[in-house]
Amino acid sequence: MKLSDKTKQTLLGPLSSNNPVIMQVLGICSALAVTVELKPALVMGLSVTIIVALANVIISLIRNTIPSNVRIIVQLVVVATVVTIVSEVLKAFAYDVSVQLSVYIGLIITNCILMGRLEAFAMGNKPWDSFLDGLGNGFGYAWILVVVAFFRELLGSGKLLGFQVIPQCVYDAGYVNNGLMMMPSMALILVACIIWVHRSINKDLQDK
Amino acid sequence: MKFIKNIVEKIKPTFSEGGKLAAFHSLFDAIETFLFVPNETAKNGTHIHDAIDTKRSMFTVVVALLPAMLFGMWNVGYQHFIAIGQQANFFEQFAFGLLAVLPTLLVAYAVGLGIEVIVAQVKKEEVAEGFFVTGFLIPMIVPIDTPLWMTAVATAFAVIFAKEVFGGTGYNIFNVALITRAFLFFAYPTAMSGDKVWVRTRDAFWWGAGNPVDGFSGATPLGQLGTSASGSPVFSDTMGQTAGFWDAFIGWIPGSVGETSTLAILLGAILLIATGVASWKIMLSVFAGGAFTALLFNVFGPETAIANLPWYEHLVLGGFAFGAVFMATDPVTAARTETGKWIYGFLIGAIAIVVRVLNPGYPEGMMLAILLMNIFGCFIDWCVVQSNIKKRMKRVKQIK
Repeated sequence: MKLSDKTKQTLLGPLSSNNPVIMQVLGICSALAVTVELKPALVMGLSVTIIVALANVIISLIRNTIPSNVRIIVQLVVVATVVTIVSEVLKAFAYDVSVQLSVYIGLIITNCILMGRLEAFAMGNKPWDSFLDGLGNGFGYAWILVVVAFFRELLGSGKLLGFQVIPQCVYDAGYVNNGLMMMPSMALILVACIIWVHRSINKDLQDK
Repeated sequence: MKFIKNIVEKIKPTFSEGGKLAAFHSLFDAIETFLFVPNETAKNGTHIHDAIDTKRSMFTVVVALLPAMLFGMWNVGYQHFIAIGQQANFFEQFAFGLLAVLPTLLVAYAVGLGIEVIVAQVKKEEVAEGFFVTGFLIPMIVPIDTPLWMTAVATAFAVIFAKEVFGGTGYNIFNVALITRAFLFFAYPTAMSGDKVWVRTRDAFWWGAGNPVDGFSGATPLGQLGTSASGSPVFSDTMGQTAGFWDAFIGWIPGSVGETSTLAILLGAILLIATGVASWKIMLSVFAGGAFTALLFNVFGPETAIANLPWYEHLVLGGFAFGAVFMATDPVTAARTETGKWIYGFLIGAIAIVVRVLNPGYPEGMMLAILLMNIFGCFIDWCVVQSNIKKRMKRVKQIK
C-alpha cells in the first residue's frame, strides 16, 4: 500500500512532531496514573488507540448531519458508547488489568486527546483519514506511556511485565528499588525527560 | 601562596585556547578563581569596590558550617562507641566520625562537581561556585548510614533536575541540598527513617567494628515522640536514659550528621549574621513561627507526645535549627524583600511544626516546610512589591 504524503503525515505526524503528549501536552493525567507498571500502560495505550480510531470514524461518517450547536454532546455520546464497549470487553477478557486500570478506562471519555481529535480532525475530514489520524494519535499517546511505564516498573519494582528482571544478587549487593518511581511525580519528570531528549534530537521543534 | 601561584601560572597556557588540555579549561578556571581573586575588573557599568563575590560568600557559609560539621563528626563517633559498648577517648571518637563522614562528603562533591563541570563545558560557561556549599551540606543532612550509591544517585538527580534544568547556580527554585534529601527520603524511605540508620553500628574503614549492646536504641528523639503511645513528651538518648532540652541543645543525640547540635549551629549563625551573608530576619522568624505554632499545639493540640512537647524543645530537636540557619536563608530560593523575609520564615517554622505534630508518617517536617515555601518565595515577594506599589499610588493620588 502506498500512502500519499498527506496521509503519511496524518498517520505518522502524531508519533513525533505532533505528538499529543509531548508536543500538545494532552492526556498527561492518565499518563501519570496508569504507568506504574508496563502491562496496564500497554492496555491503556491500546484501548485509547482503538477508541480514538473508532470514534473518529463514527464522527467523521455523521459529521455533515451533526448540528454544530450540539456537536460536543453528540461527540460525547459516541465516545461514551465506544468507551463502554471497550470497558466491557476488558472486563470480560482481561479482568485483572481492568481492575488495575479501574476508573481510568471510564475516564478515557474525558481524555483531552479524544475530544481534541474529534473536534479538530474528524469533524472536517473523511472517514479513512480520520481513522488514520485516530490510529496515529493513539499510538503517539501509547508509546509515551509505554516508555514511561518501562522505566517506572524497571526502576521502581525491578520488574518488567510482572517478571523480575533485576536479579536477586544485585539486591544482595545493596541495591534498593526506587520508591519515588512509584509516585506520580516521577512520571511527570520522566515525561519531561522524554520531551528533553525529543527536542534535542528534533532541533526544529525547540521554542525560540 | 607564591608557590601555588607559580604553579598555576606555569600550567595556565596548557589550559588556554590552543593548549593541549584546552578541553578542561572550565575546571582550570574554577580552581584558579577558587585559589586567587580573579585578575579581571569590570569593563563598564557601575564599579563597586568590594572584596566580596560569590566565591567568598560561599566560602563564608562553609566556614559557618564547620562547627556543626566537626561536632557532627565527633557525635557520630561518640554514638558509635556507646552503641557497641566500647570505651573511646575524644580523639578516637572524632577520628571514627571523620572516617565515617568523609566518604559521603567525597561522593557528594565528586558527583555534583562532575556534573557541574560537564554542564559548564557543554554550555561553554565557567563552573559556577554554587555546588561548593551544596556538596558540604549534603553529608550533614543525611543519616550517617546512607549508602554511598544512594547519595550519588540523589546528588545527581538534584543537581540535574533541581538546578541545571533551571539554568544553573542562582536560577534554582528549590534548595539543591534539600532536593537531594527529599529524593532520598521518598525514593529510599527505609534508608532515611526508622531507628536503624542514625547511629553507625558497623565499622568505618575496618575500624571500630562491634555489635550493638543490649538496651541500645538508635531512634531519634523526634522518631521516639512520633511513635510514642503515651501523651507525655519524654525522649531518651541512645542508651535509654531520659534526655532533655540541654542534651538536644548541645547535641549528643542521634540524628542526621550535622543537625544535632543547636549550639554549633548557632556559632555558625553568628558568623553568617556578622558577615551579612545570611538574613537574620529569616532565621529569627523561622524560630518565631516554630515557637508560636508549637505553643498553640501545647495549649490546644491533641493529646499526643509530639503535640505536648514544650515549644522550646521543638526548636532544638531534629533539623529545625539547621534548616532555619543554613537552609531557609539560602539567598537564591528565599524571599528577597524585607517584609517578605519575615512572612517566608514565619511560615517555614509554622509548617514544620504542623507537619511534625499532625502527620504521624513524618516525624520531621523541616525539609518539607522549606521546600514548600521555596515555591512561594517569589510569590511572597510579588505580593509585597504589589502592595508597596498600591500604597505609593494612593499617596500620589492624595497629593494630587
